[in-house]
Order: sequence, then C-alpha cells, then structure tokens
Amino acid sequence: MKKILDFAVVRNEILNSNMFLLTLHSDELPPISPGQFVNVKIENSPATFLRRPISVHDVDPVKNLLYLLVKKAGTGTRILAGLKEGERLSVILPLGNTFSIPEYGRCLLIGGGVGIAPMLHLSKEMKSRGLSPVILIGVRSKEDIVRKEAFEQHGELYYTTEDGSFGEKGYPTQHSVLSQHFDHIYCCGPEVMMKAVAGYAYKNNIACEVSLENMMACGIGACLCCVTDTHEGHKCVCSEGPIFNIKDLKWQS
Amino acid sequence: MAELSVNLNGLELKNPVLTASGTFGYGTEFADFINLTDLGGFIVKGTTLYPREGNPYPRMAETPSGMLNAVGLQNKGVDYFINHIYPEIKDIRTNILVNVSGASVSDYVATAEKINTLDCIPGIELNISCPNVKEGGMAFGTQCSSVAEVVSAVRKVYKKHLMVKLSPNVTNIQEIALTAEAEGADSVSLINTLMGMAIDAEKRRPVLSTVTGGLSGACVKPVALRMVWQVSKVVKIPIVGLGGIMNATDAIEFLLAGASAIQIGTANFIDPSITLKVVKGIDNYLDRHGFKSVKEIVGLI
Repeated sequence: MKKILDFAVVRNEILNSNMFLLTLHSDELPPISPGQFVNVKIENSPATFLRRPISVHDVDPVKNLLYLLVKKAGTGTRILAGLKEGERLSVILPLGNTFSIPEYGRCLLIGGGVGIAPMLHLSKEMKSRGLSPVILIGVRSKEDIVRKEAFEQHGELYYTTEDGSFGEKGYPTQHSVLSQHFDHIYCCGPEVMMKAVAGYAYKNNIACEVSLENMMACGIGACLCCVTDTHEGHKCVCSEGPIFNIKDLKWQS
Repeated sequence: MAELSVNLNGLELKNPVLTASGTFGYGTEFADFINLTDLGGFIVKGTTLYPREGNPYPRMAETPSGMLNAVGLQNKGVDYFINHIYPEIKDIRTNILVNVSGASVSDYVATAEKINTLDCIPGIELNISCPNVKEGGMAFGTQCSSVAEVVSAVRKVYKKHLMVKLSPNVTNIQEIALTAEAEGADSVSLINTLMGMAIDAEKRRPVLSTVTGGLSGACVKPVALRMVWQVSKVVKIPIVGLGGIMNATDAIEFLLAGASAIQIGTANFIDPSITLKVVKGIDNYLDRHGFKSVKEIVGLI
C-alpha cells in the first residue's frame, strides 16, 4: 500500500561535487522492493512544486531508515542537497514495479552515473537470496566513484572510467567481465548507456531489465505524463515501470 | 459542522469537491490515500469512442507554479471503459462522471449514448476544450456555433446530467457559456487548461513533443477565478470551478466567485489526499464565519 509519510533527515552526506546520500527516518516504513522509487516533495519551491521521483538506494527495515543517493541535477535536487539533519521531508512510497530476481543464474548489474542508486538495493536483495551478483559501474572519472565500500559488500565489483583513471578504460559495454557468461542483466543509467547495454543483451540473448526515469507529474499512474513506447502501446513509467524488460520496449533497431 | 451538500441542477453532491478529469485516473489510483466515497464525486479520464495512444513523450513540462501537459487524451476507448473499468468502480458510493471527448460530433454522440446506458454514472462532462488533440477537442469549444452543434447533439441522446467543460482559450467566455446553457447543458465546468509553451534554451527546442500544451496549476488560478466570476454573472445553470486550486482557501475563492462546486486537478499530484483536506478546510471556514451551509457563500462576490 502506498503512503504519504513524513521523514526526518538523519544524515545528509556530501559524497562529491554533485552526489549526496540522504538518510531518512520515519516511524513507519512500508516494505520496499528493489527497483521501486519514492516521490519527494520540495518545500517552498514554486519552480519545482511537483514531487521529485528518486530511486531507493537502500533500506534498513529494522531501523526504519530509507537511503536516497541523489545527484544535483536541477533546482529541486539542489534544495535536497542543502537539507540539514532534523529537517522534515514528505515522501510518497513505495512507487513503481520491481526488478525480477531469479531463483538462480548469473546476474550482472550495470549502473552508470546516479543510475547506480537502485543497484545497491538490488544487489543486497540478491545476495540475501543466495545469488552472487556481479556489479559493473561506469563513471567518467575516478572522482565520480561513490559508495564503493557499500557495493563491495554485496557482489563482485568492477569499474569502467571514460578517462581510464580507475578500473578499465571505456564504457561498461566494453568491460572484459562481459566475456563471462551471464543469464540476467539489470541496468540503470543514462539512456544512451542503457540502450548500449540492451543492444549487448539482445545480441547475446540475455534477459535484461532496465530502469527508466521519464519526467513524471503524479508518480501513481494518474496523469499519463511519463509514458514510454512499448510493443503494447504507451505505458506509464511510474506505475507500469520504472523497470521494463527490454523485449517490451521499442529499443531494438 | 456546516451543511456541505450541494445540488447541481439535480446532481446531488455530498460536498462540493470533485476531481478534475485527467488528474485522477479512474479514482482507484487514489484509493490508498483517501476514502473515495468521501468525495463529492470524481471525473474519470477523458474517454473517446476509439482507443487513443495520445501524444509522444515528452508530454509534461514543469513551469513556475504550474505545469504544461500534452497527454492528448490517451485512453483505451469507451468500450474498454464500459467492459473493464466501469465494473471495477461502479460500486464506489460517490458521483462518478465520465469526461467525454471526440474528434467529431458523431463521436461525441456515440460515446455519450454508450455512457448513458451505465446506471452508476449519473453524468458526463463534455470535453470541448482539450488543447492537446489535432481534431476536435478545443476546436469545438472556441466558437459558439460549434459549441451549439456538439452540445445540442449530445443533449438529444444523453438523458442524465450534462456538464460542459469550457476552454479558457476564447475571447468571450460568457458567450460560450450562454451557448452551452441555451443548448441544454445542466452545468458548466471551467476552466480547462490554458494553451502554453515551454522552451529548453540550452537545447534550442520545445520541451513538449507537441510544442504547445495545456497549462494548469497554481499559476492559472487568477484567470480561472475571473472567468468563473464572469460566467456566474450571465448563466443560470450551476458552475463548477477549477483551475489552480491547491488548498481549501483557493476552493473557497471559487465558491465566492460563483461556483457551486469545484474540481481539484494538478494539486492531486503533489498531495493525493488533498481533496479531503479541502473538504475539511471548507467546513472549517464555514464554521469560523458562521455560515450554516456552503450554498450561502456561492457567488457572494
């Protein structure tokens, strides 16, 4: 069941020049599955009065903590970046569908930029179910690497950097780990990256799910603003996604 | 507790708060957040004779205190509504109105006829004001002659409450409202969205796939209030006011301007429970100012 809840900021950790990690607490935390997102209200900001959809990075159901990894992208996220401990945040959650986690098989999780956010929650859940995910993260440069220690806890971790300053030089689709066998790929990141990963998955006949982030207004499937084109027509990214199997999308050229 | 019920020309509402079509899905999307039966009613998504895929993405642009949308009446058609959605919502004990749109007069008529057979739908909202479709929609709502044509044609086949939703994109809203009234509308709702546009300067291109879209949200309220007030001075049928209502005070302003009931639209996106907060806020206002019924404040301005 979706809820509108008031969260308190427990911690706002600046990770680098454009990424920050919000730790939020609420007395009540509904169950959240990997891939789902929350819709956050930005107070007193007429230019960003619509809620901001943000992927769930991690949850602690024992302590009722919600972790959001956010990139400063515009006015709304800049306001979030300035939140101080103790400040309140209105959050609607949980929203959207979830990644499908297989019972067995080798899973490759690919994240690019702030698209790494949902991959932590996913890798943690996979590990708890006895899977051994491989996590591949693509960034521009070494300075863009965040949350490395957290990811290392849940899977075998690899990096690509565009400038070669860490891991293998290039894009995730060029990484040598792709020469290994995988049964499932999960990807979140810039659309150009997800399309390249989807192309790789199509070519090698690997099941692949991607997380889309179209502009949304309501977040609950009411306004039909955030649609993506699928073989079954327009679907709402907020309520029928954000996770889509690539074979349902019209991405294959 | 003041008396909150209103009678819109035969349509009994337990309170004056409705939801605006296109912002409330089919109601069920909001069932986690509110008890739908506590609403005066809700107006479901614009429905057309044939299924429509709507416009390509991007369909939405956020603007200061407002948003543009260009959804383009995406819906699965009236038959799908009747066979698959109506059975799921018909037992919700509130007024469920269907927003009806079309590309031609015969489309409107055929859709209205089908909705007329549904026992649990006490009325339709005739959408002659959608700015986001190439054919029909707003084209019908901006000329008195075409307003007359579509309203009279639908009136002949539709036997229950006929609410006509007016476009603000006209030079004289009073003439349009009077025409709808003369052709048999039971009420008018106004305003639909204002036609607008957003540009991404960095990319040097329009934000919306359709270039233009419909503006809603807090920024349109002054225009909507003015039009409700103007129309209230000339028509005898009830007015349902909408446009930028974000809280109870906004809703009360529309009642004072002459609306007998109101619709909440864009605000549903920010707070899916806003409708019932507005009901409570109206009640508090009436108590605070010593009014026994919401009817007492309609048109005080």
